[in-house]
Amino acid sequence: MIRSVVRSIVAVVVLTVAFGFIYPVVMTGIAQIAFKDKANGSLITRNGHVIGSRLAAQEFTKPEYFHERPSATVPAYNAMGTTFSNLGPTSPELTDQVKKQIAAVMKLEGPYNSGLTVGDIPVDAVTTSGSGIDPDISPAYAHLQARRIAAVRGIPVAAVEQLITKNTDGRSLGFLGEPGVNVLELNLALDQMKGNQ
Amino acid sequence: MTFQGTAQLIFYAVVLTGLAYPLGIYMARVYDGKLGLVNGRLAAGERWFLRLVGSAPEHEQNWKQYAGSTLVFTIVFTVLVYLLLRSQGHLPLNPDDLPGVSAPIALNTAASFVTNTNWQFYGGEYTMSYLTQMAGLAVQNFVSAAVGMAVLAAVIRGFARRTTSGIGNFWRDLYRSLVYILLPLAVILGIVLISQGVPQTFDGHATATTLQGGHQAIARGPVASQIAIKQLGTNGGGWYNSNSAVPFENLNGITDVLEDIAILLIPMAQVFMFGRMIGRMRQGWAIWGAMFVLMVAGVAITYPAEQHGSQVLRDSGVNITAGSQQSGGNMQDKEVRFGIADTSLWASTTTNASNGSVNGGHDALTPIGGAVPLVNMFFGEVIWGGVGSGLYGMFFYVLIAVFVAGLMVGRTPEYLGKKIEAREIKIAAVGALFVPSMALVLAAISVVTHAGLASVFNSGAHGFTEALYAYTSQSNNNGSAFAGYGALPFSANLGAVALYLGRFVPLLAALAVGGTLAAKKTLPESAGTFKTDGPTFAVLLVAIIVLTAGLMIFPALTLGPIVEALS
Repeated sequence: MIRSVVRSIVAVVVLTVAFGFIYPVVMTGIAQIAFKDKANGSLITRNGHVIGSRLAAQEFTKPEYFHERPSATVPAYNAMGTTFSNLGPTSPELTDQVKKQIAAVMKLEGPYNSGLTVGDIPVDAVTTSGSGIDPDISPAYAHLQARRIAAVRGIPVAAVEQLITKNTDGRSLGFLGEPGVNVLELNLALDQMKGNQ
Repeated sequence: MTFQGTAQLIFYAVVLTGLAYPLGIYMARVYDGKLGLVNGRLAAGERWFLRLVGSAPEHEQNWKQYAGSTLVFTIVFTVLVYLLLRSQGHLPLNPDDLPGVSAPIALNTAASFVTNTNWQFYGGEYTMSYLTQMAGLAVQNFVSAAVGMAVLAAVIRGFARRTTSGIGNFWRDLYRSLVYILLPLAVILGIVLISQGVPQTFDGHATATTLQGGHQAIARGPVASQIAIKQLGTNGGGWYNSNSAVPFENLNGITDVLEDIAILLIPMAQVFMFGRMIGRMRQGWAIWGAMFVLMVAGVAITYPAEQHGSQVLRDSGVNITAGSQQSGGNMQDKEVRFGIADTSLWASTTTNASNGSVNGGHDALTPIGGAVPLVNMFFGEVIWGGVGSGLYGMFFYVLIAVFVAGLMVGRTPEYLGKKIEAREIKIAAVGALFVPSMALVLAAISVVTHAGLASVFNSGAHGFTEALYAYTSQSNNNGSAFAGYGALPFSANLGAVALYLGRFVPLLAALAVGGTLAAKKTLPESAGTFKTDGPTFAVLLVAIIVLTAGLMIFPALTLGPIVEALS
């Protein structure tokens, strides 16, 4: 019995060193040499400052920016504390949240889209994402926001639509997953467009 | 359901089977010691390891010795993980200065990782230091998987061998599972994930000044190395709280399909490995067929249910119709880049295997969509199942099916030339029925006690489903959750009991079956032998599973998801 405990302790030490240290360290070495930017979190810098990651949603409340999907994290878009909402499909709280979100979208986009109805709002605009930092919105939600962006920024709607199309990530290899628009990249492109004028 | 979505699911099944078959053949050679590598230069490492743990290279253990090694090894590792969790605040590699983990959470987490479950009563990125994740949890991702794989190899030898007591050497099987199977696959998958954008760094979190001038901290770490093995080893514990829904773990259609393939790759390969190791590939295909039918059935129910959307979303009037501009459906707690098809597939495969990682929130699934993962788990994780544990769990049902067939035709049941007698059937019945019974009892305890009810997050029928899901998941060593279910001492401790018993009762039962079968003679096939290598047997097997486990959970289902779907 004691012998088998000693054997196990030896094995535990050897395996912890091999799989707990050597394996991740070697993988990190490969990552840092071959894929430095991606391995460090796909950070985006502007003028030498980190402004976010292309893999994490961040808060956009100003009307001149495209807005993200709702987030269940505290505070919203917390990339140190990802979470689901965990609200069940018949939850009264979910009903309230969806109603509030619909009202918010109607209030924000209504003035720029005459005749906007609830049926025009895509479902991802009123539901929290899985991670709370979903960096994408559906192309449908991006197009819904286009008129507001154009009006606030004083640029043609067609230019905004064009930018959305340019920043839509299609399905991987053309058929895996669903298309999405990366909000941070799209907003950066908007800011750059203004800079060029 | 869209054409594109359905096409993705078919693509998944085809690629998965195409990869699993050759891997299974390779794995059979690894465990049989018939691989050039094993006999050649690499074998020096194996001999070194066996010397280190004091085991003679050619030593064969009987099933009791094998079980003893497995148990002692797991207990020692449990102690290490527990101590690491408690003391991480004083240890290095903790750039974000996280404190030690509380006792109930540490107890549950240690149990959870050594049993290949990875139920998470904590949020990874804000609870666990890099040291804990790497040296504690990720090591278990390898080791607990290898333990299951080793035990399966031993049980299969029990079927293949005749009149012997030896069923292999735990230490040798452990080493081979780790070094020849899990490690190479993890390195390959890890590098592909990094190349797509999964972080792999020892720097602490990044800080950003957002476009609007706000402040954002971004958790990262050596993520890819852990995600690769968490999928391959059917572990499932995420680096981040929202698991594989977080873009840093799973960022596009490629990483999603690869990780989802990794979830079922080894469990499916083991079915082919079984066929090869007993020298009758058609036997393997029969079991493959039964598992495949059950898997497809699950996806075929979840996908339309999620696409149809929840009552709340349909009533709200927003646009939930799938089209080229959005995937529509029940997008609550789902990510845009995966949409409905990929999240439905993952919800199903992760509960087929005992993986339990998620790429969307299960608590927010529609009632019927959420019932499928529950039933998948309740079948005992035998639709592919956990690495090793899935197939040895399926053997219990196989023996029961053979027994039932024997009763119908009035002959002594046989499987692979071995007479199946009262002793084997008793053990198989315990192996098959203990875990689902325990899950029901624990769920019942949790909903009739005040302490248990305090863990429930949503009210009403959905709250009952949360509790049922929690104990079904932990008893079956899955680890996925209706994640609103709470982290109180009571549910953490009750969960730890479920985790240990759920792991070791079937494991010991499987080894016992392997041990007794190894001692038996192999009888030649006769005209009256019931065929177990064709579609008839596959159908019988599916029926046995649905009738035993399915009927056990049906009353509970009516109280939870079915009531919710009708309300």
